Amino acid sequence: MKAWEVRQPGLGVGGLLLRIDWVLVILLALTTAVGFAMLYSAAGGNIQPWAGPHALRFGAGLVVMMAVALIDIRFWLRCAYPIYAASLLLVIGVEFLGEVGMGAQRWLKLGPLSVQPSEFMKIALVLALARHFHALDEREANSWPWLLLALALIAAPALLVARQPDLGTAAMIGAGGVALLFLGGVSWRLFALFGIAAGALVPAVWYGLKDYQRDRVLTFLDPERDLAGAGYHGFQSKIGIGSGGEFGKGYLEGTQSHLGFLPESHTDFIFAVISEEFGLAGGLFVLALYLAVMGYGFAIGFMARNDFARLLAFGVTFTFFLFVFANVAMVAGLIPVVGVPLPFISYGGTAMLTLQIGFGLVLSAKVYRDVEMEEDAAGRPAGPGSIAAMR
Amino acid sequence: MTGVRSRTQLIRRRALLVGGVQIGLIGLLVGRLVQLQVLEGERYSRRAEDNRTAERLLAPERGEILDRRGRPLARNRETYRLLLVPEKAGPIDAALDEIGRLAALGPTARERVRRTVQTQPGFEPVVVLDDMSWEEMARLSLAIAEREGIFTNAAQRRIYPLGPAAAHAIGYVGRVSRKDLERSDGASLLRMPDFRIGKTGVERTQDETLRGAAGTRLMEITSTGRQRRELGRQEGLSGETLHLTLDANLQRFAAGLFGEETGAAILMDIRSGGLLATVSAPSFDPGAFHDGITDRQEWLSLAGDPLHPLSNRAVSGQYAPGSTFKIVVALAALEARVVSADQRFFCNGVHELGTGRFHCWRRGGHGHVDLFKALQQSCDIYFYEIAQRTGIDRIAAMARKLGFGAATGVELPGEYNGLIPTKAWKREARDESWHVGETLLAGIGQGYVLATPIQLATMTARLANGTHAILPRLIGGESPSELGIDRRFLRIVRKSLAAVTGSRRGTAWNARIAEAGFEMAGKTGTSQVRRISRLERRLGVRKNEDLPREQRDHALFVGYAPADKPRYAAAVVVEHGSSGSKTAAPIARDLLLAAQKAETVGS
Repeated sequence: MKAWEVRQPGLGVGGLLLRIDWVLVILLALTTAVGFAMLYSAAGGNIQPWAGPHALRFGAGLVVMMAVALIDIRFWLRCAYPIYAASLLLVIGVEFLGEVGMGAQRWLKLGPLSVQPSEFMKIALVLALARHFHALDEREANSWPWLLLALALIAAPALLVARQPDLGTAAMIGAGGVALLFLGGVSWRLFALFGIAAGALVPAVWYGLKDYQRDRVLTFLDPERDLAGAGYHGFQSKIGIGSGGEFGKGYLEGTQSHLGFLPESHTDFIFAVISEEFGLAGGLFVLALYLAVMGYGFAIGFMARNDFARLLAFGVTFTFFLFVFANVAMVAGLIPVVGVPLPFISYGGTAMLTLQIGFGLVLSAKVYRDVEMEEDAAGRPAGPGSIAAMR
Repeated sequence: MTGVRSRTQLIRRRALLVGGVQIGLIGLLVGRLVQLQVLEGERYSRRAEDNRTAERLLAPERGEILDRRGRPLARNRETYRLLLVPEKAGPIDAALDEIGRLAALGPTARERVRRTVQTQPGFEPVVVLDDMSWEEMARLSLAIAEREGIFTNAAQRRIYPLGPAAAHAIGYVGRVSRKDLERSDGASLLRMPDFRIGKTGVERTQDETLRGAAGTRLMEITSTGRQRRELGRQEGLSGETLHLTLDANLQRFAAGLFGEETGAAILMDIRSGGLLATVSAPSFDPGAFHDGITDRQEWLSLAGDPLHPLSNRAVSGQYAPGSTFKIVVALAALEARVVSADQRFFCNGVHELGTGRFHCWRRGGHGHVDLFKALQQSCDIYFYEIAQRTGIDRIAAMARKLGFGAATGVELPGEYNGLIPTKAWKREARDESWHVGETLLAGIGQGYVLATPIQLATMTARLANGTHAILPRLIGGESPSELGIDRRFLRIVRKSLAAVTGSRRGTAWNARIAEAGFEMAGKTGTSQVRRISRLERRLGVRKNEDLPREQRDHALFVGYAPADKPRYAAAVVVEHGSSGSKTAAPIARDLLLAAQKAETVGS
């Protein structure tokens, strides 16, 4: 039996579709609907230029997501490293062929499409690390050659993206990678060691900086030091959220967004529009939607019968969480302004497509929950699931 | 198998841990939202409100200025304007061409619009055509009805029905200058583009009364300051209507009396001090300043005119009072008791003081002269004598009692103090000691002595009133204090002044009012513009009329009427008018007669 066979023997496409976790798909569609409504508001009550394309992109992405979900998870296991390698090549390609946008080189033109390879990298890295730890037992996972390989898998894209310079995305890739190291069973002691080393480095670096550099770092960390300049966006965003109060100013009534005080109200700062128009209630509703999506991702991870599927589901869910947390924390003024969109709500194609592919993989783990995994590199027997059991 | 199971357990355990951290972090976000939206929500709401709203002022209507009978001296008229919003009207030159095809649009107006467009944001309208008639506005509105970015509206314009006749007293309004802004500590109303501020005259001194209070419009604005809609409005308070003591008819009449002459005339109620007319000639058109004089040529012709039409001679002109000052000297001498009314001196035409010779205007002299004859015929020798006996400081004290030497405080800008010299003044100002000869010169109102026409009128009113130190005024004013001059002395002087016009030998007999019951009393005066040299005196080039105009003496006259029961006082200065009796006295006569007639007719 070929591992990448699309169809599971005995189950037609209809049967496979039935095994898809439709609640998760509906939750994502619901989130996109929230995005549609808010983009309609951000455009001053217009379908164009954002709300309509947003819905269309979700629809197109949905097809991709279904396709990914229906492809046998063993195919993804096989292709994990090639996909990672291709993504890395694209990230490198951006270095030479990328278009400058928003002050950083991160767009790559492929025919009519503009893509951000660094976004795809977030999922590709999860795939690669899941594949990596799938083949290892706990002892091997903590042995130096394998550990260094895992670190290299994380460091290569993270450093390349940081060079663009897109520190926000680099940090997200790094954080996602570290989370997978932890999930994959790397020892606590190693984490403690790295933590202490990093902590020790901070003061050394700090005292090595020149005054103006320190000033810049401080302004980055606390933008309200410079309200007229670097801190303006963050402060206006906080005003937008705060002025929403418990129940908001009403749909299409947000003054901060509609009068142009909120920057980028249709992309990175759309959470401020939600909070302004629907108040704390609206913000909590959106966070609840995200928690539900994460809950489903976790559930699939728990039900998975092999390490690859488990790590894949947990990893994608964690990446999704990183998007949500980084965006909301940024908009609420908890962390510096970094360019991270709010998943399925912010306008912008690449992030949505990336996460749809990610959730496609998670769904695939569910659809092909019972397939027999081929033997891994260490020659360990596969999990207990069998096709016979499915029948 | 246990290895596999334990590894599965490990991943699940760690996943739970990671999930817990995620829930914790989401909880942190929730906490942050509660902090921003509930705990600090009010503060951010205020900030959002500050962000989106801006107060725009509504100009109040300026108060009208009326004369004592309620006739308008300054009022507002609705005028129509054509405006252009640059960002909506398209290319500016094309838009102006388009307007030019519909109405007359000169190159200076085009240039002004183009300049204005460059200095303000594109959504701020620019006035293209101003002061259009209703018909023109209607025609243009129709023509541009479909055109975006060009529209018409109504605005207020200040109208002065008396025009140049009352230009100095009423003043005019104009665009707010930087100086105006500094003076009124930046009241926001002044920054409105259509706001006009009083520049001179009553318009300036009473500006704050006339101005009223601005209303406000609360506007919703965008982050770039563009107005979106009105959120609320509080109407302003129109300026107060101002009632002046002026009489529009008498004012117009007085201005007409000057013809080509320059100078000033003041007509005053001696009981209240109210000014019925105050004129300065030459004058100008006060309406020309509404938009600021844009034509440079026009401005230069006003500001650079050697006759200074913009200056208000009634309060800013300082003249040697000449023989009109003899009233002061006579009263000072009587009060000092250095002379009695019937004491006589001999006038042979020359008064000698040391090596100096002081001449009487009458070459042959007046013979024996008492106070009555001295005032009636304006004998200089008599006043040299009594001035010397009285001394400059006592003359100065009397002059001050009668209103000289300090601004009267009338509600007009730019008033001068005049000058009443004393010994102390000369020491301080010139660092020289006082000469008796200077006292003699002061005795006939020459030398250092300077007076404004309003001071001359004030002196005359106080003399005629007899009990109160009347203060000239155009509006209200405080009640005057006691005059503090013995009424017997005042009666003596008034009797003499009645003879100036009332007897053939009086200097102003030719300018008398012949109608019974309306008679005028007064005093002529001549204010020397240049000294008469000894050579000229010998050669006989003395006739003032023979000199070039700008070297001729100023002619003065102060008077009141009716002579026996005074009601009105007048002071007239005709610059380079040579003779008080020939040029100044007739103006005073006409004014005083008109004032009395106006009262009886009750027009």
